[in-house]
Amino acid sequence: MKWGVVSFPGSLDDRDALYALRDVMGQDAIALWHKDESLGGVECVVLPGGFSYGDYLRTGAIARFAPIMKSVARFAADGGFVIGICNGFQILCEAHLLPGALTRNRSLSFICEWVTLRVDNSKTAFTRAARDGELIRLPIKHGEGSYVAPEGELSAMEERGQVILRYVDSSGRDSDEANPNGSMHAIAGVANERFNVFGLMPHPEHAVDAMLGGDDGLRLFRSIIASTS
Amino acid sequence: MIFRIKVFVTPKRGILDPQGRAVEQSLKSLGFARVDGVRVGKYIALEIDASSVQEAEGTLKRMCEQLLANTVIEDYRFEVEAG
Repeated sequence: MKWGVVSFPGSLDDRDALYALRDVMGQDAIALWHKDESLGGVECVVLPGGFSYGDYLRTGAIARFAPIMKSVARFAADGGFVIGICNGFQILCEAHLLPGALTRNRSLSFICEWVTLRVDNSKTAFTRAARDGELIRLPIKHGEGSYVAPEGELSAMEERGQVILRYVDSSGRDSDEANPNGSMHAIAGVANERFNVFGLMPHPEHAVDAMLGGDDGLRLFRSIIASTS
Repeated sequence: MIFRIKVFVTPKRGILDPQGRAVEQSLKSLGFARVDGVRVGKYIALEIDASSVQEAEGTLKRMCEQLLANTVIEDYRFEVEAG
């Protein structure tokens, strides 16, 4: 499967995503530049973590207008798979390719830690290698990961199963203590209505080797591979 | 004609504003016990060359909707002053 990882000025995790896809998973993955207009025939676009364009004004607000984002929007409208990780998630929300927005963590602190997540919809292209209710461990590292959406929209998203990943405690319950950043409904990852665009604050690309603390990130990438083959 | 603009962007009511809350708590701990409803937002100053106030306001509205504010989480208002 052919993947494309977009680098914006200020992206940090583009190389980790390429490493995960190429070196760990043996995938064909190309680096895409924010000024590119062609997506090079990829089957899945990854918008990586980082601080695109310095995250000036709001996280992802400037990156949304990068030349490549027009192509990404067209690709998504045609049903292509797009994943936004961390800053990539923020960019997808700013670009209105995903509902809601990401705001300052409730604690006002940058958080860097491993979290437990519950897969709340395993019927999507991004989670089909997992089971409903299954717990996975991924790291988070962000200052602005508190997910916000209007209440009416949130309940519609919940009904449609768009909330794919939720922060939970080690027994799988979502609680205020297990919610690291104050996200509404403990949301860690959401999909669009068509389920071809997925954004998440945790970093699957950093969890691809047991030696690095865990390899649950592979599950998400494997799901997408299974969805395209 | 040059118009001097002030844009104020604030978190929507009902959206958690941890900065506002932290500032409010600090003010209270300084002894300003009767302070309430602190919200922390942004102030953006800019100039627009337009032929009328109406045109400047129209342009500004598009700027706010497209970039200066995220209307999912923020409200905006602006003041236009003929330069």
